[in-house]
Amino acid sequence: MLEVSGLNAWYGESHILHGVAFDVRAGEVVTLLGRNGAGKTTTMKSIMGLVPRRAGSIRCNGRETIALRPDLIARAGIGFCPEERGIFASLSVTENLMLPRVVAPGGLDLPTIYALFPNLKERAGSQGTKLSGGEQQMLAIARILRTGARLLLLDEPTEGLAPVIVQQIGRTIREIKARGFTVLLVEQNFRFAQTVADRHYVMEHGRVVDMIPNAQLGASMEKLHGYLGV
Amino acid sequence: MITIFGKPLLLLYGQLTLGLINGAFYALLSLGLAVIFGLLNIINFAHGALFMLGGFVAWALLEYLDIGYWPALVLAPLIVGVFGVVMEKTLINRLYKLDHLYGLLLTFGCALIIEGLARNEFGSSGVPYPIPDELRGPLDLGFMMLPAYRAWVVVAAAGVCLATWLVIEKTRIGSTLRAATENAPLVQAFGVNVPRLITLTYGAGVALAAFAGVLAAPIYSVNPNMGANFIITVFAVVVIGGMGSILGSIVTGFGLGILEGLTKVYYPQASATVVFMVMVIVLLARPAGLFGKA
Repeated sequence: MLEVSGLNAWYGESHILHGVAFDVRAGEVVTLLGRNGAGKTTTMKSIMGLVPRRAGSIRCNGRETIALRPDLIARAGIGFCPEERGIFASLSVTENLMLPRVVAPGGLDLPTIYALFPNLKERAGSQGTKLSGGEQQMLAIARILRTGARLLLLDEPTEGLAPVIVQQIGRTIREIKARGFTVLLVEQNFRFAQTVADRHYVMEHGRVVDMIPNAQLGASMEKLHGYLGV
Repeated sequence: MITIFGKPLLLLYGQLTLGLINGAFYALLSLGLAVIFGLLNIINFAHGALFMLGGFVAWALLEYLDIGYWPALVLAPLIVGVFGVVMEKTLINRLYKLDHLYGLLLTFGCALIIEGLARNEFGSSGVPYPIPDELRGPLDLGFMMLPAYRAWVVVAAAGVCLATWLVIEKTRIGSTLRAATENAPLVQAFGVNVPRLITLTYGAGVALAAFAGVLAAPIYSVNPNMGANFIITVFAVVVIGGMGSILGSIVTGFGLGILEGLTKVYYPQASATVVFMVMVIVLLARPAGLFGKA
């Protein structure tokens, strides 16, 4: 579904990613783990074409997207939920929900989305940024389920949220996976990650340094503690 | 004779009408500037020149093609809008990663070129443009006589302002525009062709200026300075309303036009400066403008 190889990315003079390589198979939930500054978010932004300069290869459904504009990358079937959630203050909840363009048939329809996220229906007319942090995160996930994109990039969806909301997001991710979506997830919290993911890639200094299947996560704890410094 | 604060009522009505008409032009012009500034972050100094170009295109349509006022009201904004699209595609789109100052310099240069060419071609005094037959003569409002064309200008400008506001606030393209004004890269990552949105927005903002130019043509005659006369005040209106605020531009435009008219009645010496005094006060009290978000 997604094959990344030899990915390099730069912000101005600083070289952030040094040959990142990993792949995500259809129907999987895969995480990128790593410390702050390891290059996880930059990897996500590079896949979406949101960094000033990048090189290497990113294949989505077999199609090379490294040279495409962000809107064409989205139209290749990728839904993006950014780290800062990206809820628009000047748009209502419904307008936020309807903003991303439909890129393929087969996205969830509004009744299904409201069934998954009942809060959003109640607050449909509110200003997007008047929602609580958890509701904003739900909105940020909900709006990319509508578009028909089958590959979802979720950048730290649990960041700064209360444990009960984190559990709810965990349920949501398992629900999306059950519906056949493929998810690439950036996480700092590997305890959360192990409740939803099939495989974990570990990043350090702008490179992927290890891959741990979820089943072996328990056995690899010591190694993981070393990587993450927890 | 009826007087209010020692001034004859008819004088007051007359100046209020003039103020309302000026306000209509301020509103239309600052609306376009606000939309363009919001999305492109470009302070479009060419706006006055494009307003004038709208007037000249209407005049040329009549002179050379015998196309009258009503079709020109649609055609001239379209033609100038296409001109704006070409300007954006060839010149302005090179500036988005640079400082504001470059956009200001480039569009100011474009304004000088367009106005200079017009002066070369038509002279400084300009060319007359007739009032359409349907709108000749006065309109009896009961308490005063109002030239029908002037009433039409106010109604048409208010209608177009309202329609623009509705499009931006209530439609899908409007919500996309507002979102892109907030965070253009993210909107593009949601599959929206933002470069095309930017081009069309510039074209639409410029078309609003041209529409105002056609409205102005029968009142001021078409001359190369008609834009320059307005544009300084219009920039003050944009600053007072709040850079990038749509509603702010409309309300402030009409409001300041009326304020200018009143000043002409009660203290004519200050009529040319009252807008700028308001600007100073607003900037001191609310630096983001009356309707701006701090």
